[in-house]
Amino acid sequence: MLGPEQPAEVSQPAVDRMVADALAAFAAAGSSAELKAARLAHTGEKSPLALANRAIGTLPGTERKEAGQRLGLARAAVQQRLADREGELSAAELAEQLVAERIDVTLPVEIAPQGAPHPITALIDLMGDVFIAMGWEIAEGPQAEGEWLNFDALNLGPDHPARGTSDTLFVAPIDHHMVLRTHTSPVQVRTMLDREPPIYVVCPGKVYRADEFDATHVPVFHQIEGLCIDKGISLAHLKGTLDHLAKAMFGDDIETRMRPHYFPFTEPSAEVDLQCFVCHGASVGNPDAPCRTCKSQGWIEWGGCGVVNPRVLLSCGIDPEVYSGFAFGMGIERTLMFRNNAADMRDMVEGDVRFSRSLKGMAR
Amino acid sequence: MRAPLSWLAEHVDLPAGMTGRELAEVLIRAGLEVETVEAVGADISGPVVVGRILAFVDEPQKNGKTIRWVQVDVGTEHNEPHSDYAQGCRSVVCGAHNFAVGDLVVVSLPGAVLAGGFAIAARRTYGHVSDGMICAEDELGIGHDHSGIIVLPAHDGAGRALEPGDDPAGVLHLRDDVLDIDVSPDIGYCLSIRGLAREAGQNLGRRFTDVIDRPTPAAVADGYPVRLDDAACPLFVALTVTGIHPSRPSPRWLARRLVMAGMRSISLAVDITNYVMLETGQPLHAYDASLLNGPIVVRKAGAGEVLVTLDDVTRTLSADDLLITDDTGAIGLAGVMGGQSTELRATTTEVVVEAANFDPVTISHTLRRHNLPSEASKRFHRGVDPNAAYSAAHLAARLLVELAGGTLAIGETVAGELPTMPMQTIDAGLPAAILGVGVLAERVVEILRESGCDVTVAEPDEADGHRLALVPPTWRPDLRDPYDYVEEVGRKVGFDQIPSVVPAAPVGRGLTRTQAGRRAINTALVASGFVELLTFPFGSADDLDRMGVPGDDQRRALVRLANPLAETQPYLRTSILPGLFAAVNRNTSRANDDLALYESGTVFLAGSGEAAPIPSVGHRPTAAELAAIEAALPRQPWYLAAVLCGHWRRAGWDGPAEPAGWRQAFAFADGAAGAVGAHLERGRASTAPWHPGRCAELVLGGEVIGHAGELHPDVIRAFGLPARTAAVELDLDALLRLAPDGGVIAPVSGHPVAKEDVALVVADSVSVADVERALSDGAGELLESINLFDVFTGGQVPPGHRSLAFALRFRASDRTLTDVETAAAKESAVALAGERCGAVLRAF
Repeated sequence: MLGPEQPAEVSQPAVDRMVADALAAFAAAGSSAELKAARLAHTGEKSPLALANRAIGTLPGTERKEAGQRLGLARAAVQQRLADREGELSAAELAEQLVAERIDVTLPVEIAPQGAPHPITALIDLMGDVFIAMGWEIAEGPQAEGEWLNFDALNLGPDHPARGTSDTLFVAPIDHHMVLRTHTSPVQVRTMLDREPPIYVVCPGKVYRADEFDATHVPVFHQIEGLCIDKGISLAHLKGTLDHLAKAMFGDDIETRMRPHYFPFTEPSAEVDLQCFVCHGASVGNPDAPCRTCKSQGWIEWGGCGVVNPRVLLSCGIDPEVYSGFAFGMGIERTLMFRNNAADMRDMVEGDVRFSRSLKGMAR
Repeated sequence: MRAPLSWLAEHVDLPAGMTGRELAEVLIRAGLEVETVEAVGADISGPVVVGRILAFVDEPQKNGKTIRWVQVDVGTEHNEPHSDYAQGCRSVVCGAHNFAVGDLVVVSLPGAVLAGGFAIAARRTYGHVSDGMICAEDELGIGHDHSGIIVLPAHDGAGRALEPGDDPAGVLHLRDDVLDIDVSPDIGYCLSIRGLAREAGQNLGRRFTDVIDRPTPAAVADGYPVRLDDAACPLFVALTVTGIHPSRPSPRWLARRLVMAGMRSISLAVDITNYVMLETGQPLHAYDASLLNGPIVVRKAGAGEVLVTLDDVTRTLSADDLLITDDTGAIGLAGVMGGQSTELRATTTEVVVEAANFDPVTISHTLRRHNLPSEASKRFHRGVDPNAAYSAAHLAARLLVELAGGTLAIGETVAGELPTMPMQTIDAGLPAAILGVGVLAERVVEILRESGCDVTVAEPDEADGHRLALVPPTWRPDLRDPYDYVEEVGRKVGFDQIPSVVPAAPVGRGLTRTQAGRRAINTALVASGFVELLTFPFGSADDLDRMGVPGDDQRRALVRLANPLAETQPYLRTSILPGLFAAVNRNTSRANDDLALYESGTVFLAGSGEAAPIPSVGHRPTAAELAAIEAALPRQPWYLAAVLCGHWRRAGWDGPAEPAGWRQAFAFADGAAGAVGAHLERGRASTAPWHPGRCAELVLGGEVIGHAGELHPDVIRAFGLPARTAAVELDLDALLRLAPDGGVIAPVSGHPVAKEDVALVVADSVSVADVERALSDGAGELLESINLFDVFTGGQVPPGHRSLAFALRFRASDRTLTDVETAAAKESAVALAGERCGAVLRAF
């Protein structure tokens, strides 16, 4: 460094040397701290360039302008290089810091336990959404229900065998005529009593049978039923609705079949079958490849359906000369078994958290 | 109904070579539930042939048995050379003795596989090499008899002489396809070969021959005397057959068909009545004529009357039971089961054959009352073709003559008469309109006529088009309403012909507020870590006792079931918690120890205690009738409940374990309410089943809608729950009813916030919520938020007190607050807390 007693040189070679010294010092600085020292030394108030700049004033007027320009360019060049070097060093240091701050991203983090809806609830919502998207609505009703709503209104007369205590759970005393609903059909009756057609509703919910308790039967289970009452409704509309639901539940390539059947509340009545999703019909008549799922029948029964019996419409105050309709119903548990391979219905009611947690993702 | 294909083929001209499975497809399409098609005898393969006994030697054995060493001619193709017989033979060991030289038997030769996969090979036994086996019924799967081997007749069914080496399958009726059909209640006529053959014929377009071919005559009383004293028996045919040989066995074809149809062969006369029933659908009963006393009278039972039925059970009869009686009293439960006193014996030579018709409702009551499902009652309670009785009686009589050597007595009895079938008129266009597929009027008429209906086509009317006047055949009592005929047409057209059309519903309103709210709550609870369960909604008074629920609690308003699934849980639940407690037990027993379980569902609170009326049908019930039903029903609110135990958060690398307890129970309630925009307030409460010091009532809009907290230690012990188990139960309907509906969005202030902290010392009895409310009320509208950030005891805080530290944030919507304004708001907050709660500002 130059002593104060020495007059500052402002000649071109002297200035070039000062610039060169500064740039070399910046380049040599390996950290922000070293660069700070180099900055003070080469751009600070006591730096050669600063002193030279101050010396300009002492020069004769003719030299002053030239020297001023020379020093201006030199100081600008030094400042530019300093800024560049600062950028380089801070980027390098940040990069180093980021490496040093690395974490193990595979460390487990658990803010809350893993929650889960019951798969039956999830499926009820999913099936309901299929109908909501079609403009239908979801209707609900009580589970302990009047016998009239569960049976008589649905053309199951007083002598129907399903009305016995071996099939139906009765609220005591029996002659008070209240039962635990054996299907969600009384909700359909309530809807018809409450609303004017057109009616497009689905009724999901819990139902009860005095049934055995095994891998494919539980006495308390869930159904979703649908009811459509409008002018000009036919079995073709029922078929279209069920085909749409089947595709929404099981994919576009699902095959359905409507097979004539008997129910008191519908006429004509049918059962709707799904093509066996395990063997796709390959087990039929082929004893070498039996299918346990469809018992080698090629089809599995999904639910019941039909055209609403005009006797039901009359009991609900709807004129069958003006309106017709269809109804259908299927078990949610059964649908879950088909969709998600749930093998044993007892798991659905035993309350083991692992069962509830077993369904994942959007396609519940 | 199990129907052998060969039997059906005798009544309908099936296409040549049609298999049982092919026919099943046709019947399924027509609405018959064919459950299985069993290929009977398909498991028997390899050389099984007719053999003639040439000679045998009885050889006593050391084990006491005597075996026969038999030479049997099995035809030139299968015989081995033998020095004694030019044609050769096979030599086999046989344990049976029921045959003689010259008899024709069934021989399975090495290489054959018999029923059950029993493979035949030449084997050394009793000092001989047995080169095959002479078969008994059970070995061929055609019967259960193993008392001796099968001895074949000399001729087959077509009269051709059987020869050694012939295939015995035909004469044994070894192979057949048997269709097992679950017949739905409306098509009782399909519980017969006749009905199924008719359906097959109609759906295949092939000729059907009706075995019921004798018109029912007008009443005649020339046979055994019969009197009908009850309208539930409209028709009774009685024929008498004399001189039957009681010891004659059932011919093989008859017994075999019964077995294939799922019945047992009992005795010839009984087998004949069963055979005719299976073929025609008309149940028959045969009485030993020598045991009948006086005329047969059909009447209702008298009080206390008893009958010993064929199954050897003494039954006390009800006044609604229809009986067949004679002078001695009841001799049969009409249409359900015969009585023991007149049943056929080994000595019976004269029988009276009954073919009667009974009212389906009467029969179904009797069969349910006595829990007596029988082949007869199965048919009568669905309805039997009244016109079948007369022909069926004659079919049975003919078989008794032909097979049992009997003689049909001259003179028959026909009591009562055929009922008239109801007429219905429909528009010929109705089937097309309801099925949604084009069916021409001509086709409708054709189908219904093929189904046996009497169809009269009215002249086309300009307005209505073709009207059809329809009378169903006697075997179709199910054809009654216009839509019944629509279904009949649909079944014959084929449901697979119906197009698939999605109906256009009018615009819908989406989920109701309640439904959307429940879903939002479920989503929020699941996201915050709770697992939903669905438990059976049954319970017991013992559950409530163990929960410590007092007698006057609304949860004691129990609804009892008349026929509960389990006597230990005879009530509908009034609380979801016991079900969740049981689920906790089940999970912890399976080492699922950290539990945050919830269930959302209805509980049942007893209604008025009145009976629900049963209004008449065919018209809308009155408003009063509907209101009476509603009033009688239990109240069924939707509840939400949760149980927590074990760890909420397990010990991890980043922190210690966090137990699950009352904090999460409160958070559950807050989370459920928050999901629908509601803010619950908590107040101290002391309610079962909770810990009296750790129970909060959950308050919304001034209503207590539930409780949350740690369970009472006694309850934890009584239910075997983990220590410190916590629970919540709240009325979800009330929460949704009281939840806000969106509210108003206020402008967002851009002015700076002013923050102030205050620490207040209060007595332990003062709740945080009260202090917070006082501060909030005192601070006024400038207060933006308040947050409890510390609870401190000890140190300078006097005993019985705690220090509560709150962070207050103030902000105005229209200006920057001055220090003076902020300080004033804070002072006023502290002042009100002092006034209401005795809070003292703590000096730091």
